[in-house]
Amino acid sequence: MNLKKCKGMLGFGALRLCAVISVLILGVIIFDIAFKGAGVISWEFLTDYPREGMTKGGIFPAIVGTVFVTFITALFSIPLGVCAAIYLSEYTREGKVVRLIRAAIRNLAGVPSIVYGLFGVVLFMRGLGFGASVLSSGLTLGLLTLPWIITTSEEALKAVPKSFREGAMALGATKWQTIRTNVLPYAFPGILTGAILGLSRAAGETAPLLFTGVAFYIPKLPTSPFDQFMALPYHLYILSTQHHATELVKPIAYGTALVLLAVVLAMNLLAIILRYRARKKLKM
Amino acid sequence: MMLSRLKEKAIHFLFFLTAFSAVVILAGIFLMLVLNAIRAFEDVGFWDFFGTRWNPSAYGEPSYGIVQMIVSTFMTTLGAMLIAVPLGVGAAAYIAEVASPRVREILKPAIEILAGIPSVVIGFLGIVLVGPLIADVFGLSSGLNALNGSILLAVMALPTIISVSEDAIRAVPTEYKEASYALGASRWTTLVRVTIPAAFQGIAASVVLGVGRAVGETMTVLMATGNATAMPHGFLDSVRTLTATIAIELGEVPYGTAHYYALFAVGAVLFIITLGINLVAEMITAKHRRLTG
Repeated sequence: MNLKKCKGMLGFGALRLCAVISVLILGVIIFDIAFKGAGVISWEFLTDYPREGMTKGGIFPAIVGTVFVTFITALFSIPLGVCAAIYLSEYTREGKVVRLIRAAIRNLAGVPSIVYGLFGVVLFMRGLGFGASVLSSGLTLGLLTLPWIITTSEEALKAVPKSFREGAMALGATKWQTIRTNVLPYAFPGILTGAILGLSRAAGETAPLLFTGVAFYIPKLPTSPFDQFMALPYHLYILSTQHHATELVKPIAYGTALVLLAVVLAMNLLAIILRYRARKKLKM
Repeated sequence: MMLSRLKEKAIHFLFFLTAFSAVVILAGIFLMLVLNAIRAFEDVGFWDFFGTRWNPSAYGEPSYGIVQMIVSTFMTTLGAMLIAVPLGVGAAAYIAEVASPRVREILKPAIEILAGIPSVVIGFLGIVLVGPLIADVFGLSSGLNALNGSILLAVMALPTIISVSEDAIRAVPTEYKEASYALGASRWTTLVRVTIPAAFQGIAASVVLGVGRAVGETMTVLMATGNATAMPHGFLDSVRTLTATIAIELGEVPYGTAHYYALFAVGAVLFIITLGINLVAEMITAKHRRLTG
């Protein structure tokens, strides 16, 4: 009897250890980057160009580039993804075509990011002639983010109670009127949460940018969608692997990692808070 | 009246088009890879791809073998799963069955945030943190090898394994557990003998999805494995995966050469592998749904 109890205690202890280690990994990542990166963060670091072969100065153009490219990603993937989700949630019953669409979405979510990069080269850079540019990179990231946006938006739409729709239909509203006035407003916080999470992933992606428009160093900011650009994740990659003096620029690499991490975590936190508040509201 | 019905129909059709675009994009990616890969075979023999040497830029006699890349990809993935599966399933069982609601409210967002950490940041830590550690422990001059890649990939796959497994464990009907308790089984016995076996298919699906994630990951392996092109003999060897090869070479290779198209062939192989993995995950979950109704 005692042996049995002992086994259980040991077992549950092991499970707890697994959970603790998983969270500890997150802790080590954040702590190490924050601790070693904080030293180089200054107003100058955030607003200055890289100087003297990237051994001094700041990362301003990389910050601007990441914001710019994520903006294009949002413009492309959110409208398309939300509309696709509306179709899947509101307009259709499960049939052959819908099953095909759902299978495609699930498989798109599993396509490696580097393969999206190859597709971006062929379709946007060469096929549509956008060249190596913010536009090509943003659209490539948009394709990558699309399955995520569709899935999270559909969940948000499905969470709106059926009675909301029936009420509007009973008053003689058309399908589209019903969706516009009685479904979308209530699904909005959920859609927003999913979109922010999706964009935070896109902002941290590197592989799809590699050949579609990101550059090692550009002495000016991108002013049009057809310009090449610098980006935070790519900057971190080159500082830690491609630079001729990686040890020398290590502090700057840490600083870049911290800024990237801060951007991504802030977006995640915003999404988590939004969802928490929306859930509380629904419960009331 | 007619006009408004027409408008409704137009809106319906528009929404259908946006949803169907997912099918078009997937088919587009597949076609793009296949058409470009075929052009590689104009210059390179099909069977040359099954060699174990990759050196497309060698003067006179370039070689295009990708077997060692496939081995490298699966080796790092296998190592990652050896770490991530026990850890992930254990953590999932803890979150689903043991943790109090309060602790769960902290753990779940933490796992979600871990999933959101950019791969390039994890790769960076592979260089500055994990690499030196491995070099120290094993007395190597460099810690950039398959083991490093496996550790990083385990971190990347962990959130997927935890969240999908947790859902599966939580979905086990309470009646199963109650019946087990009624027979006098302890909490631990119930968890190990009843709950986990009942959730097995969901857990298996989570592992397969984790494998898919690890096989397709680029930045972490690119930064942390050293990228030697030779066939690896152990986890302390430097390796170069399918993804890393594309990432390293596509930016530098001249457009339209055999080498350029060969990289699309590598992409096609990668695409087919991940598609296969996804189909397996789907088959497992479909079977699970049928069984649980």
